Amino acid sequence: MDSALFVHRLHFAFTATFHYLFPQLTMGLALLIVVLKTIGLRRNDPVYNEAARFWGKIFGINFVLGVVTGIPMEFQFGTNWSHFSRFAGGVIGQTLAMEGMFAFFLESAFLGLFLYGEKRLSPKAHWLSAVAVFVGSWLSGYFIIATDAFMQHPVGYFTAADGSLQLASFWDFVLNPWAGWQYAHNMSGAAITGAFIMTAVGAFYLLSGKLTAHARIFVKAGVIAGCLFSVLQIFPTGDRQGKMVTDLQPVTLAAMEGLFQGQPGAPLVIVGQPNDQQGKIDNPIEVPKMLSMLTYQRWNAHVRGLDAFPKQDWPDNIALLFYSYHIMVGLGTFFVAIMVVALLLLWRGRLFDARWMLWILMLAAPFPYIANTAGWMTAELGRQPWLVYGLMRTESGYSTAVSAGNGMFTLLGFMGIYMVLGILFLFLIRREIEHGPVGGHESVSNLHPATAAR
Amino acid sequence: MASLWFWIVAAMVATYVVLDGFDLGAGAIYLVAAKTNEERRRVLRAIGPVWDGNEVWLLAAGGTLYFAFPQLYASSFSGFYLPLTIVLWLLILRGIGIEFRAHIENPVWQDFFDAVFGISSILLAVFFGAALGNVVRGVPLGATGYFFEPLWTNFKLGPQTGILDWYTVLIGVMALVTLTAHGSYYVAVKTDEDLGRRARGLALLCWPVQFFLTFTALVATYFIRPEIMVNYGKHPVGILIPIVVVGSLAVMLWANPKGKEKLAFVASSLYIAFMLVGAAFALYPVVLPARDHQYDLTIYNTAAGNHGLSVGLGWWTLGAVLAVGYFTFVYRMFRGKVQLGEGHY
Repeated sequence: MDSALFVHRLHFAFTATFHYLFPQLTMGLALLIVVLKTIGLRRNDPVYNEAARFWGKIFGINFVLGVVTGIPMEFQFGTNWSHFSRFAGGVIGQTLAMEGMFAFFLESAFLGLFLYGEKRLSPKAHWLSAVAVFVGSWLSGYFIIATDAFMQHPVGYFTAADGSLQLASFWDFVLNPWAGWQYAHNMSGAAITGAFIMTAVGAFYLLSGKLTAHARIFVKAGVIAGCLFSVLQIFPTGDRQGKMVTDLQPVTLAAMEGLFQGQPGAPLVIVGQPNDQQGKIDNPIEVPKMLSMLTYQRWNAHVRGLDAFPKQDWPDNIALLFYSYHIMVGLGTFFVAIMVVALLLLWRGRLFDARWMLWILMLAAPFPYIANTAGWMTAELGRQPWLVYGLMRTESGYSTAVSAGNGMFTLLGFMGIYMVLGILFLFLIRREIEHGPVGGHESVSNLHPATAAR
Repeated sequence: MASLWFWIVAAMVATYVVLDGFDLGAGAIYLVAAKTNEERRRVLRAIGPVWDGNEVWLLAAGGTLYFAFPQLYASSFSGFYLPLTIVLWLLILRGIGIEFRAHIENPVWQDFFDAVFGISSILLAVFFGAALGNVVRGVPLGATGYFFEPLWTNFKLGPQTGILDWYTVLIGVMALVTLTAHGSYYVAVKTDEDLGRRARGLALLCWPVQFFLTFTALVATYFIRPEIMVNYGKHPVGILIPIVVVGSLAVMLWANPKGKEKLAFVASSLYIAFMLVGAAFALYPVVLPARDHQYDLTIYNTAAGNHGLSVGLGWWTLGAVLAVGYFTFVYRMFRGKVQLGEGHY
């Protein structure tokens, strides 16, 4: 592989993967904070407001990291992928600019009010600022998904005389059918992260035997939301997303499923390693005919394998694509299992005393991050070798003006800075969790006067 | 249509510099003006609720530039690869400095994050100025429409320029002084007692340097790029721009010692906005001059398609009205002198 191409791909992949650790939580938490604020407002219950304030702080830390790691994403379209920007900027510039104009302004302005303005605002106005933050963060998600959807399934464009893509129909582009299901699937994934984290913190407090009033709220809200979105993640959103891949990117489907040879009654591989030298799956554990059933709802339907497509159109990293997809699906199934059990226990009134389940819920916290990351890797590795599906190959999109050496320089710099960021982040989050929703530092340091004053 | 977008992007960049400029400037004077922990927290409180919102203007201006002039975005961002990446790192470090300081009680680490915040603010101001200097001076664009500049070559204005040369460093220093004054006025508006007095004193100290650098920079710019006068000759209305610049300098000089720091801050905002508008006016319709003029990037050879641009006008207007609404509301909510004892920082 051309080394400059490799460096630029790794540069984007690394910064995007690190970046998305933060928005997935903020988008998920934004929804749950609105729920907590709404209950707090309706019941006039201070515990719910304290809970919302606590998650507001966690949100705030994540938001800052999301912003500072998000700015590099926008810049990289120009710095590292200039040929792509020149080619597609006339279309995707629409959604990227709209994200700034509609989502970021809304989110950042009202987050300031939500975090610092509780005393200056009436309870209703404070609730409204939480809603505005939620709307802003979810809008932001849509604009990014719509941009990605254009790269997955370009619509609403025409090719101009100079070879660049230009907007032909705004609504076709913004309402790309690919974007609808991808958005639903992605936001449900973000809600899962938010719900699992909220549950895990609640479970931690319950296991530690402290802050039980708040902890029960966290676990209850988290388990209900977690169960709902874990199910939605598979059906209908994941199922519909899979159908779109089947119809519009059939070669991607074959690579995701590790189906080297097309066949009627194709099996579903659960475990195995793609062996691309011999074109088969090593030591497979399969469910016979299941892939045909899931894809076409017929046991004997013919599913096209990789052999049905020219090799230059295969995704260029089949093994990683296969693993990402299987990790995502495996974890998604596991999430439904534990959340359904937790919900049953909650319903029977036994969850808060079921220590074994609280342990599971606490230790499950990292997995939604892995699942969301794997999901994005599936989408983006699956799109390869195309940068804009069917229109521009990845190898034609990077900045040829920027040498591999300069790309490596900034990649290493980002790795160093992000490592520091990650360490500081964990330190701060741990501190907030130790500190808890009612605050331990009674105005001695005067660092959290808002909580100390109440 | 492309001309309209040229002015929209210019206005957004100017808004960004005026807004983020004051919190950058507050960062630049932070280590000097705010001595005690309590004073430092006051400065952070003064910018705390607004700094990230101000930074969003950079994202929004960048997004709008990408949308309206994708070819310019592609060429300039890849050509300015190194300084832009360094700017990103500084923005990250600065964000860490502000936010993490608020969460840490240990005085050693508070000092550390204070230094991170102060130093990254200073370097950002210099880099933003140098970026403007590069755009005005011109870059080594070739027939492909791309270029790449190392951080420096020999600090001269030859055909293969670096990001830093004597001219861009001059503009960088001017930007630092301008934003330092701008931030000082803001801190003076938002705080009182010793801190407010010190901020006013710093602004007073900046004024003669700012005055001197403004004229040096104008002369130097005319010296390296005499074409900047062409548009002023063609459209005499442009003469208003230097008049506003000089007028706002005069108002700053007059208002600050009289304790009218709000007026001085407004004048400083006008000064920054009109310096930038003046540069845009001089360049128009060029958006990124080449060292060799036949390769200039202009609004004509970099703009997105017409349909896209006209659709964008609709949603952009709506978005801008909403954004101005939120900002007015937020600044009104947090108006007045900073009081410690609520929220973070």
